[in-house]
Amino acid sequence: MGNVIGIGAAPKRKEDQRFLTGRGNYVSDIKRPGMTSGVFVRSPHGHAVLRGIDKSAALASPGVIAVLTGDDVKADSLGSLPCGWGITDAKGTPMKEPPFPMLAQGKVRFVGDMVAFVIAETPEQANAGAELLKIDYEVLPSVVGVLEAVRPGAPQLFDDVPDNICCNWELGDKAAVEAAFRKAAHVAKLSLVNNRLIGNPMEPRAAIAEYEPGTDRFTLWTTSQFPHVVRFLMGALVLNIPQHKLRVVAPDVGGGFGVKQFHYGEEAVITWAAKRVKRPVKWVASRSEGYVSDRHGRDHVTEAELALDENGKFLAFRVNTLANMGGYLSTFGPNIPTNLYGPLLSGVYTTPAIYCNVKVVFTNTVPVDAYRGAGRPEATFVLERIVDVAASEMGIDRVEIRRRNMIPKEAYPYQTPVLVQYDSGDPMGCLDGALVAADVKGFGARKAASARKGRFRGLGYSTYVEACGLAPSRFAGRLGARGGLYESATVRVHPTGQVTVMIGTHNHGQGHETTFAQIVSDKLGVAFENVDIVFGDTDRVQFGMGTYGSRSLVVGGAALSKATDKVIAKGKKIASHLLEAAEADIHFESGKFSVAGTDRMKTFEEIAGAAYVPHNYPLEVLEPGLEEQAYYDPVNFTYPGGCHIAEVEVDPETGTVTLVNYTAVDDVGTVINPMIVEGQLHGGIVQGVGQALFENAVYDEGSGQLLSGSLMDYCMPRADHLPMMKVATHSTLCTHTPMGVKGCGEVGTIGSPAAVINAVVDALSHLGVTHVDMPATPNRIWRLLQNASLPVAAE
Amino acid sequence: MKPFAYHQPDGIPDAAKLLISIEDSKLVAGGMTLIPTLKQRLASPAALVDLSKLGSLKGLADGGTTITIGAMTPHAVVAASKLVQTKIPGLAALASMIGDPAVRSRGTIGGSVANNDPAADYPAGVLGLGATIITSKREIAADKFFLGLFETALEPGEIITAIRFPMPLKAGYAKFKAPASRYALVGVFVAKFADGVRVAVTGAGPGVFRVPPMESALSENFDPSAIAAIKINTDGLTSDIHAEADYRAHLVTVMAKRAVDAALS
Repeated sequence: MGNVIGIGAAPKRKEDQRFLTGRGNYVSDIKRPGMTSGVFVRSPHGHAVLRGIDKSAALASPGVIAVLTGDDVKADSLGSLPCGWGITDAKGTPMKEPPFPMLAQGKVRFVGDMVAFVIAETPEQANAGAELLKIDYEVLPSVVGVLEAVRPGAPQLFDDVPDNICCNWELGDKAAVEAAFRKAAHVAKLSLVNNRLIGNPMEPRAAIAEYEPGTDRFTLWTTSQFPHVVRFLMGALVLNIPQHKLRVVAPDVGGGFGVKQFHYGEEAVITWAAKRVKRPVKWVASRSEGYVSDRHGRDHVTEAELALDENGKFLAFRVNTLANMGGYLSTFGPNIPTNLYGPLLSGVYTTPAIYCNVKVVFTNTVPVDAYRGAGRPEATFVLERIVDVAASEMGIDRVEIRRRNMIPKEAYPYQTPVLVQYDSGDPMGCLDGALVAADVKGFGARKAASARKGRFRGLGYSTYVEACGLAPSRFAGRLGARGGLYESATVRVHPTGQVTVMIGTHNHGQGHETTFAQIVSDKLGVAFENVDIVFGDTDRVQFGMGTYGSRSLVVGGAALSKATDKVIAKGKKIASHLLEAAEADIHFESGKFSVAGTDRMKTFEEIAGAAYVPHNYPLEVLEPGLEEQAYYDPVNFTYPGGCHIAEVEVDPETGTVTLVNYTAVDDVGTVINPMIVEGQLHGGIVQGVGQALFENAVYDEGSGQLLSGSLMDYCMPRADHLPMMKVATHSTLCTHTPMGVKGCGEVGTIGSPAAVINAVVDALSHLGVTHVDMPATPNRIWRLLQNASLPVAAE
Repeated sequence: MKPFAYHQPDGIPDAAKLLISIEDSKLVAGGMTLIPTLKQRLASPAALVDLSKLGSLKGLADGGTTITIGAMTPHAVVAASKLVQTKIPGLAALASMIGDPAVRSRGTIGGSVANNDPAADYPAGVLGLGATIITSKREIAADKFFLGLFETALEPGEIITAIRFPMPLKAGYAKFKAPASRYALVGVFVAKFADGVRVAVTGAGPGVFRVPPMESALSENFDPSAIAAIKINTDGLTSDIHAEADYRAHLVTVMAKRAVDAALS
């Protein structure tokens, strides 16, 4: 008999037993009888007319079973890949939404766009067949950058999308902002680029599909963060498969970071193909294939202006952004640089007027969609950078200017001018905690020590807030969401008192099997080891929206908490009958139902037994069994945030930036498992550091070739790039989630890029450097110093 | 990977015969470059001739004034060799900086030198030390061996069996790693002999090259300050998304100074 391990404890992760012993079950581990292998033939051109495909040589190649192309998709009248959000411009005009065929039709629009699917007996035969496909392309000029794409005369991706602009989106009171700028004592201006990122989860994407003629059912195993959403989008909108005839399974998934939270064309093609060839079809992406087909992240060009009064109080903030969508609209694409960006521009400050314009732009690049943080790191970067620029220009200390503008703890709930209302928070408390933890007082001495070695040392702050726990459905619906964003959980108590939870979120590294088990163990008094969490299978789990947007604990955990409460409520009714006491007198604590003021009690196991062997049971008023389900739709977003402080050392001789210290004090609300939270913060911070210092997806303008298409050219952060991090929580409780939780999956990624770049700029500020674009690579820093050092030397 | 025939000969003559008799055959040593290339279907040789059974190609020999390293000796063995660490510590350091632990335990000196990747480390050590490449047919001086981008003086069927390094008075290697690949963005090997100094640069251009102005300056005064003002011409240097030619040229001077520092420490 194991122990209760409840909220606040830090047990080792349940799931790690199988992962660390090589017993995980990933899509590529699955083998089905008679399974075939498929490979996608992808466009080698960024932009081209697809004039024709000659399948004959490929079909004659040994082992090749079928070759499918866009013409076959058209002949079967299949749908286009749907976009889950429909945004509008200020006049209410809907965004331009050109079709996204699962296999290209007429044109290809990015390197990696899918042109054909070749199915063969073995992967080798499929590859050999794919090489024999004769595809006639008429190559067109590509446009890959947003600035270039909106210029007159730029290559046009779609005939009916003038200037490649999908939507000209606005938020905020433009007139109020203009009025505030007119009376400003100082206006800080900043132009910046938010670099394009490639997610690189450890496990490449993969899928297997199978069709059973006997039951007319399809099964798709896929590397997905949200199998139920794939079932809906693919079944209802693309392939016309009734929901009850389609099972989607996302088994163990090796990391997602957003990359796996979209419905991909590969899933639809494979499922469709499985019925056509009457055999299971498997596809596993190579790493290189992932680079040109996994949805990319970020990629903004922004002009920002901050108006301040003579005391450094923010009066208004104006942001104009061009956001790259890539060649087509992905599942959440247009939502990310708009609804998840503009509403974050208030940050932790009392800025009274904010206006944001985002032009969402098509280019000949991989579609861009959510990547850990999704819109919020971009917003935080703009805001936290310009606050530093303003402080420097006005001669105000960077911490002081933040204090002068911060929302005080007492002012919560706080309504921002950009839609959202923060329910709780204490940014000043996080800042104070971080200043101490980072030993900011000792920075001067450390800087002097660096200077003696010929190095420049800098300190950077980021005080930030994010909106997560996606999302309140009604609110999201007003913003253009085409689906709900609630979550569901079923708590099944077995006759022996053990518990199986079916939950609609998906665990792909976050530790849900541990965290959710702790919640159940805590609430029901059941041993931690007697709780299993089931997820990722539409046949086993009632419904769910999956895992993204720091929502699993906030929304899924809330549904789980509610379902558990229903179990307790029913248990009390059963106990009331067995103990012959009024239901109101039954008290439940530590796994025991007792009659208040007496020593009469029934254990949780006894109640479960009675529910399934209802001999002495109130059958007239109560159903047997002990299984409860809850759906939870949040009333608001949650608003985690905090203060991150980065300390860097720059080697001016080579331009190398070394992150030497990193401190984060974050408000994530109630902490269920502090070890897992710490891990999430570490991982998130590293991803943000990756964006700030290393990662950059580079395309060649004109040809549309991805120049950073492998780990040889795309630099992921590594352990030796990083210092030991100091991570702590300073929590205020969320006022509207059942457990006071706020979510922690993305905070690290959202807070860190600005902290790191602010530190780099600080290190170089004595040379007149006012901004450094990401990533701050050695080459870029050296070049900046070449340009910066001359006038300074003359001083 | 496309299908290919696989041979594991017992001796150098057999290996050479296979290479010549089978059209489009390839030699495989550690396979650290070739195997990924095969997996990506970028190369599809008809046959692989694997040298891994040739035990005679593995190991190090102390020749008094030279060290001879068998072509099939993995980088990790060179890095950990007491002999190399004592007599040519710069070369042991170079070997310890190649790739990652997996690459160092599989990759071989012969494979690296024969491949002559423009950003590989060993070509800088071999050229910097003025080593001799011993093949199945002859001995080739380093200065005559490296002919540019993946090109060497090796003839068809000619197999590197060992590399003989003269022991320098001092030697050091400094490498600025390309952030993603960790190949040398610029790597500089500096070696001081009784009759002068040699400086060899990898990563900066299409192939490893020497820097005569630095060599003469360091021959006069073996100190970083002697070369601090020597600028490298950017003509012919590589520009890519990680570094333009002028930055690489700058790094040559910086890394050369650091290599001298390493040699002196």
